[in-house]
Amino acid sequence: MSEPTPQFEPVIVAFCCHYCAYTAADQAGAQRLSYPANVKIVRVPCSGKVDALHLLRAFEKGADGVYVAGCLEGDCHFNNGNTRAARRVTQVQKLIEEIGIEKERIEMVLMSAGMGDRFAEVATEITEKIRALGPSPIRGGKPAPARAQTKASAKAAK
Amino acid sequence: MKTDSVLEKILTSGQLAVTSEVGPPRGTDPEAVKKKGELLRGVVDVVNVTDNQTAMVRMSSMAACAHLKQLGLHPMLQMVTRDRNRLAMQADILGAYSHGIDNMLCLSGDHPKFGDHPMAANVHDLDSVQFLRMVKDMRDEGKFQGGDEITDPPKMFIGAAANPFADPFELRVARLAKKSAAGADFVQTQCIYNIPKFKEWMKGVCARGLHKEIYVLAGITPMKSVGMARYMKNKVPGMDVPADIIKRMAGVEKKKAAAEGITMAVEMIQELKEVEGVAGFHIMAIEWERKVPEIVERAGLLPRPSV
Amino acid sequence: MITAERKPLEEIVESVASFDRILLVGCNECVTVCAAGGRKEVGLLASALNMTFLKGGKSVQITEHTLERQCDPEYVEELSQLVGGADAILSMACGAGVQELARRYKDKPVLPALNTMFMGASERAGVWSERCAGCGNCVLGITGGICPIARCSKRIMNGPCGGSTNGKCEISDDVDCAWHLIWERLKALGQTDLYEVNMDAKDWRPAGGAGPRTIVREDLAE
Repeated sequence: MSEPTPQFEPVIVAFCCHYCAYTAADQAGAQRLSYPANVKIVRVPCSGKVDALHLLRAFEKGADGVYVAGCLEGDCHFNNGNTRAARRVTQVQKLIEEIGIEKERIEMVLMSAGMGDRFAEVATEITEKIRALGPSPIRGGKPAPARAQTKASAKAAK
Repeated sequence: MKTDSVLEKILTSGQLAVTSEVGPPRGTDPEAVKKKGELLRGVVDVVNVTDNQTAMVRMSSMAACAHLKQLGLHPMLQMVTRDRNRLAMQADILGAYSHGIDNMLCLSGDHPKFGDHPMAANVHDLDSVQFLRMVKDMRDEGKFQGGDEITDPPKMFIGAAANPFADPFELRVARLAKKSAAGADFVQTQCIYNIPKFKEWMKGVCARGLHKEIYVLAGITPMKSVGMARYMKNKVPGMDVPADIIKRMAGVEKKKAAAEGITMAVEMIQELKEVEGVAGFHIMAIEWERKVPEIVERAGLLPRPSV
Repeated sequence: MITAERKPLEEIVESVASFDRILLVGCNECVTVCAAGGRKEVGLLASALNMTFLKGGKSVQITEHTLERQCDPEYVEELSQLVGGADAILSMACGAGVQELARRYKDKPVLPALNTMFMGASERAGVWSERCAGCGNCVLGITGGICPIARCSKRIMNGPCGGSTNGKCEISDDVDCAWHLIWERLKALGQTDLYEVNMDAKDWRPAGGAGPRTIVREDLAE
């Protein structure tokens, strides 16, 4: 594992719910609140739409940190997408620990659409936390190679 | 008489029977068994010998029974379905009877989870009801469970266990009826602390006429301390220890707690003697065999009948 | 369904450590339903393996493929194009699927990524429990539709034993006493007389006691 260095700029993927965190990010922009450019936002229709596979692939493709930002408790547009997302994050925490990646590299955060300041604050905090952890142990600075995949219709090909 | 068992003779004569139990050692020393057995000589009619009790490995019940038999005592072979399939069970029954052991108690046994080999396979080829039926058919039909004839069948006096306090309570009389129908001659109950509940169960037993078909030996375990009372209440499966028992044990000085436990056991026996259908007592003084003579004497159960 | 759970990643990694090209095969049947070895779990395991190897500085080619049914030769055949490019097959099916792959692709090591558990049902989302022991002689008709063989910890056929408390088994408060359930159901059905009939000692031959079991349907067998 590399020692954290001042030069290290982590890659952070934030899966942001369209109804809250994504709008909050817009607000932050409108209010000219600055947050680190390390955070790459992926807009999703609901945090519940984020699958464990998306989270894992983010690490595989080179992310040093990942977070899912969903609506405040009880505010999910689709009832309970945010609580489902939180459970998936917990599941992925266990899985990445098995791989040997610190579980602190992924987390679930909650906010509302009006919380531009909270969005900026969270982005800053998480960036600093990951910066302190150093680069993800799996990539050693290099992006992951693409993997072979077959189509489900291999039978048809035959 | 179905057997030559002393226990059968006493019970048939209408006198209250008294049994107790010893746990074999977790090693090979025969003296450990003999010493415990000697404490019970002339005090009880038959001595149960447990079979890997609480699912912990111990000297086999049959071997320990044989040691007691050599001393001239009357042992009772306990056997659980947990550790043996029907071949091994029948082989051991033949072997035990060849040593003159003519009482046995048919049990399913505590789950291995509670013992020192929780990773062991749980055999349970038969359940306790099927086990009783097998031993009865060996004796009365002279047949192995598989149907073949036995040369010189074992004439075992057949016992079962009953827990009047386990749930669902409403099923407990019917379950005894099942064991009786399967072939149990007598039953030893779980330790009784909740006397009203036991009486209610006995009422159900008598209402079905079961007391005329099967001898009920009431289970008595003296409490050593309030700690033991709490442990029995909270940790032992199927045990019913009412709050007033714990209160009574907690109410005496620590030094006098053991004496109080003995007194309580004596009082229970005296009360239960008067209950219709109670044919005797099974006194399980766990690692406290030396106290059994005092309990039996104070309960007015001495001298033991010679039959 | 047949239920299964993924083995610990460490154990899987160790089992495939000597191979550079792995064909990771899922199954669309039971293990998909119990979220152990379907297409999604294949993706997750592939990703996890890939990262584990990258971490160790090793590059391994993992090919993912999920079959309609891994326990059926007709579907297993589908892999014939892919097997040549792999050093080993890692199966995310139940034990039946693993063995079917091993039977068809005799010269490839086939490794299990799952531990096959039991025949069970879904209690609620994310929870499965054992229901059937496949004993070959069903008694559910006289036990209120609740199996004492599969669901009693001592597989007692004339229960309950003396360890039942408040409807729970002596082994754990999390385990229902099967005989308590049976009794309640028999009461609800007005069939308590069935309880009084002693069930005879079980013949374990149909349960596997007579050796591995085979079903032959003359009208279908070729």
